[in-house]
Amino acid sequence: MSAPSKVDEVLENYSFARRDKLIPILQDVQAADGYISKPAALKVAKHLGIPASKVYGVATFYNQFRFKPVGKYHILICRGTACHVKGSAGVLKMCEEVLGIKAGDTTRDRLFSIEVVACIGACGLAPVISVNGEFHAKLTPDKLRRLVDDIRKAEASNGSK
Amino acid sequence: MKLTVNGKTVEAQAGETLLTVLRREGIHVPTLCHMEGMLPSGACRLCVVEVEGQANLVTSCSFPAADGMKVTTNSPRVINARKTVIELLLGTHPDDCLYCAKQPTCELSKLSADYGVRTRRFPAEKKKKPLDISSPSISRDPDKCILCGKCVRVCEEVQSVACIDFVRRGSESFIGCAFDSSLNVSSCINCGQCINVCPTGALTEKSDLEPVMDALADQDRFVVVQHAPSISVSLAEEFGLPAGTDVNGVMTAAMRKMGFKAVFDTSFSADLTIMEEASELAHRVKNGGVLPMFTSCSPGWIKFIETFYPDMLPHLSTCKSPQQMLGALVKAHYAKKKGINPGKIFSVSVMPCTAKKFEVTRPEMGRGGYADIDAVVTTREFAQLLRIYGIDLRTLQPEEPDLPFGDRSTAGKLFGASGGVMEAALRTAHFLLTGKELGNLKVEAVRGQAGVKEAKVKIGALEVGVAAVSGLGNARKLLEEIRDGRKDLHFIEVMTCPGGCINGGGQPIARNKAAVMERMRALYNIDASEKIRTSHANKAVQQLYADFLGKPLGEKSHHLLHTKYARRKAADVA
Repeated sequence: MSAPSKVDEVLENYSFARRDKLIPILQDVQAADGYISKPAALKVAKHLGIPASKVYGVATFYNQFRFKPVGKYHILICRGTACHVKGSAGVLKMCEEVLGIKAGDTTRDRLFSIEVVACIGACGLAPVISVNGEFHAKLTPDKLRRLVDDIRKAEASNGSK
Repeated sequence: MKLTVNGKTVEAQAGETLLTVLRREGIHVPTLCHMEGMLPSGACRLCVVEVEGQANLVTSCSFPAADGMKVTTNSPRVINARKTVIELLLGTHPDDCLYCAKQPTCELSKLSADYGVRTRRFPAEKKKKPLDISSPSISRDPDKCILCGKCVRVCEEVQSVACIDFVRRGSESFIGCAFDSSLNVSSCINCGQCINVCPTGALTEKSDLEPVMDALADQDRFVVVQHAPSISVSLAEEFGLPAGTDVNGVMTAAMRKMGFKAVFDTSFSADLTIMEEASELAHRVKNGGVLPMFTSCSPGWIKFIETFYPDMLPHLSTCKSPQQMLGALVKAHYAKKKGINPGKIFSVSVMPCTAKKFEVTRPEMGRGGYADIDAVVTTREFAQLLRIYGIDLRTLQPEEPDLPFGDRSTAGKLFGASGGVMEAALRTAHFLLTGKELGNLKVEAVRGQAGVKEAKVKIGALEVGVAAVSGLGNARKLLEEIRDGRKDLHFIEVMTCPGGCINGGGQPIARNKAAVMERMRALYNIDASEKIRTSHANKAVQQLYADFLGKPLGEKSHHLLHTKYARRKAADVA
């Protein structure tokens, strides 16, 4: 499956940590692994001496934590004020529809993942998304569908070669 | 200090909350999240009152009383705010109150009636989360949850299990297990304390009435029943009788009326447990076995130690619980004696406990392809069964239980309260080790509702250190002390629920500690008023050893009455 978790290395930096370090630890684990895996969350719980339900409760409270590895194409959808006014809700809806997953999730083929961000800082391009760091400006639901189709086609022809 | 409540001057102590003061004054303040004896959480906002000088209404459960404070509890503003809170809670609540298992004890339903909510003011979208019926003990319906947080708190703060918590945020939040797992694979110990505190139908016991009624209707089945020591002093509350009323005799009569062919008393096998357990303790003391020894009657506690402290399993007594001992004896001994095919016997137990429903599914609790116990119903379910069968306890004459598992000592009856197993065991251990009875038999130090009770008891020349703890948070603290090298204890009784089985997760929903205290007092009264007060003096137990078992810890006991434990994996424990 995915690469082994680097949670042990992360926890080495938090030798005598208590429960108030839960969020920084989760952030470091996500930075190292790309997401919070079940085994990693269990290790964090044990390290801090708190129940796993508490770790999961805190982690799901914040949008920043993911529980599946990101896809090969990680789509950030801006839901800031300017993008909202320019119709980002429809873009998000279309994205969830064509990929068949919700924001925060990863497709089963691990090709795509969606993340909602509060503001990407490019309001002039609203509504804007970023795919693996590459920005796509003034998006419409239709443009987004074509973008996804193009990626799928490219991947399929790569795979068949 | 003095404050004014609705124009009347009242006294208060420093450090008291307004809620405490108001309740003492006989003013009913509604709340759905407050837990007696625990810190306030202020989650439900129903206990709001007006305090002069405060811009907003304040939650009386978390607001400290102060000298000169002017409080109003029934202004239009207060009443309107409370009613609105109820209406908002009902906005997403399912409309199936007629079919809800929590009726008629649902607090939300009662409050909406109290405040005259007669229309749906906020028609919000209904939540549609799946039921969790994975556990053999507890059913969860997240749609009926009002997020008061009481289940989370009792699970974490009282039981130190914490298999559930708030998940996600805002309108998406719900109560769930880590990683959205189901209850059956989590570290849940099935104690059911969450059911007893849940104000709605979000948490209920898994009902086992159907198989029991099917068996009773089947002429081919020989249906037997046993009832736990605490049932006869708890059942009365379900029928509006005062807490602590003992209905033992009429309950036996009612069971026969329902069609149970034999009515046995689990207090009999509690006496048997004491014979085995006291002998095991004596054996461990004499032969340098693992000490302190822990009792093993409470199935929530067994799952707890298997999950969280597997290294300490050798401390557990190998005795099965009284329920399982009696179940094994019915199918292995009684069946043969009566010439009944054990496969035709359907063995029911009435228990104060939801964890017992889990215990009977453990694969080691049976032999030859059949389980020792076929169905467990809680006190609440049994009361429902009485209603379905149209039996009125008040019209019945008391009857005696069936032999050979009907006679009990009062020691066996004491099993229903925290400290009772300890007291019963000390009486018999003293007799086994010295040949003499223990003083006046009463061990005051292990009585009462305290969560931790310790004592030093002289048995001949030996001074034995004993402890009785209830509520697994207390057990966890003691386990940590023992791990850290505490050595002055020899024998520890652990009951999962605070106060013992009288406060079990299957008991009538009592919203106050006073009712539980009355149940406890009823058991002590029985002990004070009868003649046979030690398990070793129980003639039926002596007879069973003479006829069948041989001696305590003998070979037959080993096969039928003892068990083993193993480390248990859970989805939420590393």
